[in-house]
Amino acid sequence: MAILSSSIARKVAMALSGLFLVFFLAQHFTINITSVIDPDTFNSWSHFMGHNILVQFILQPVLIFGVVFHFIMGIVLEIRNNNARQISYKSFKGNKNSTWASRNMIISGAVILAFLGLHFYDFWFPEIVHKYIESNPLDATRYYPELVHKFESPVRTGLYCLAFVLLALHLWHGFSSSFQSMGWNNKYSKGLRAFTQFYAIFIPLGFIFIALYLHFNQIH
Amino acid sequence: MKLTLKIWRQKNATTKGELKTYPIDGVEGDMSFLEMLDVLNEGLINKGEEPVVFDHDCREGICGSCSLQINGEPHGPDRLVTTCQLHMRMFNDGDTIVIEPFRAKAFPVIKDLVVDRSAFDRIQQAGGYISVNTSGNTIDANTIPVNKHDADESFNAATCIGCGACVAACKNASAMLFTSAKVSQFALLPQGRIEATERVLNMVAQMDKEGFGNCSNTGACEIECPKGISLENIARMNREYLSASLKG
Repeated sequence: MAILSSSIARKVAMALSGLFLVFFLAQHFTINITSVIDPDTFNSWSHFMGHNILVQFILQPVLIFGVVFHFIMGIVLEIRNNNARQISYKSFKGNKNSTWASRNMIISGAVILAFLGLHFYDFWFPEIVHKYIESNPLDATRYYPELVHKFESPVRTGLYCLAFVLLALHLWHGFSSSFQSMGWNNKYSKGLRAFTQFYAIFIPLGFIFIALYLHFNQIH
Repeated sequence: MKLTLKIWRQKNATTKGELKTYPIDGVEGDMSFLEMLDVLNEGLINKGEEPVVFDHDCREGICGSCSLQINGEPHGPDRLVTTCQLHMRMFNDGDTIVIEPFRAKAFPVIKDLVVDRSAFDRIQQAGGYISVNTSGNTIDANTIPVNKHDADESFNAATCIGCGACVAACKNASAMLFTSAKVSQFALLPQGRIEATERVLNMVAQMDKEGFGNCSNTGACEIECPKGISLENIARMNREYLSASLKG
């Protein structure tokens, strides 16, 4: 299976996993924004996501696989790319011909990965412990207070906002780039690029808004 | 114009190189970059020093031989020109100019500023051709109708001179713009469709074998390409490759 080891196949795999994560991000944002609009809706949607068998035991493992695959493939490609130029230039002006975001996907990706660690520590691990280890009784009203409590800390809120800025930069290049990797470059590409750039700004900005809103609207 | 040149000097492929500083005076704005290097070399020869070795041939921007990384950009700060067509008017009196060879594992330095770009030849040999029977029954290419858009796109791809600026500009030293131009120029024409499947599979396999990096779509290659080869060619090659792989 020569295709699996080819540079183009690796790029396509990277693009497909990236697009899957972009889709997931929109879904995550849709649920999170309800915490600002209507806490009851947020509670009921969170409860559904946390207890639906399809979500928990099929979609969640697929999502984790997608994240891990995207991360590992990113590292593999970075190592191979660094290996392709073993002696660096003394003078290299990448900013003359490309954007910072496109040249530093590994940096923005590493920050997002570190953020995922914090995010899992904040929400995912406590949730797993709550449901499957402590086997607490069902409580469909606990999600909103837990969420608000997490954003009490200005440091955590700041870290979340910083990570979302890096997410915006990652999406700014990655989203439109994934279409190019899959061979999509035609008369519609300009419009598609405009949409991906809108998405790259809108979704992270929305997450920043939610984090700041929750921080400044604590439950007393 | 008075300039300070910092030039990569390397005795041969196995020794380590370094940047050496050369002051140069009397440079005219109308000189080409290579003429400026000729003046430098004349001075070095007169002083009994070894001249700087660099690649050049046509000096008309069509052969793809000249290949210098100038102040951090392949072919220097001007756009859509090769090093031989870069003129010194792009620089100012007192400037320091850093001149390095194109850097890639697949482009090993031979001496000073000359690199071995035969990896490109091997990619081309892997499929950058069409097989035509020349026994006397050859059909005139002009008798086969070709869509105007495709003909133009094919011609644009065929203007790639294989200078290697795309590899040099890419942070990953990827050769996808070159390979895709060579794949596209044939893939767009009816004569090229016959061997399209094997061509793209073989050329991409050879490109990977040579040790070039992966494309990460920064677009640097397109900006620095002296012939303006478009990124659309890379997308086309990706499509061709995926479709060829599925065909088997």
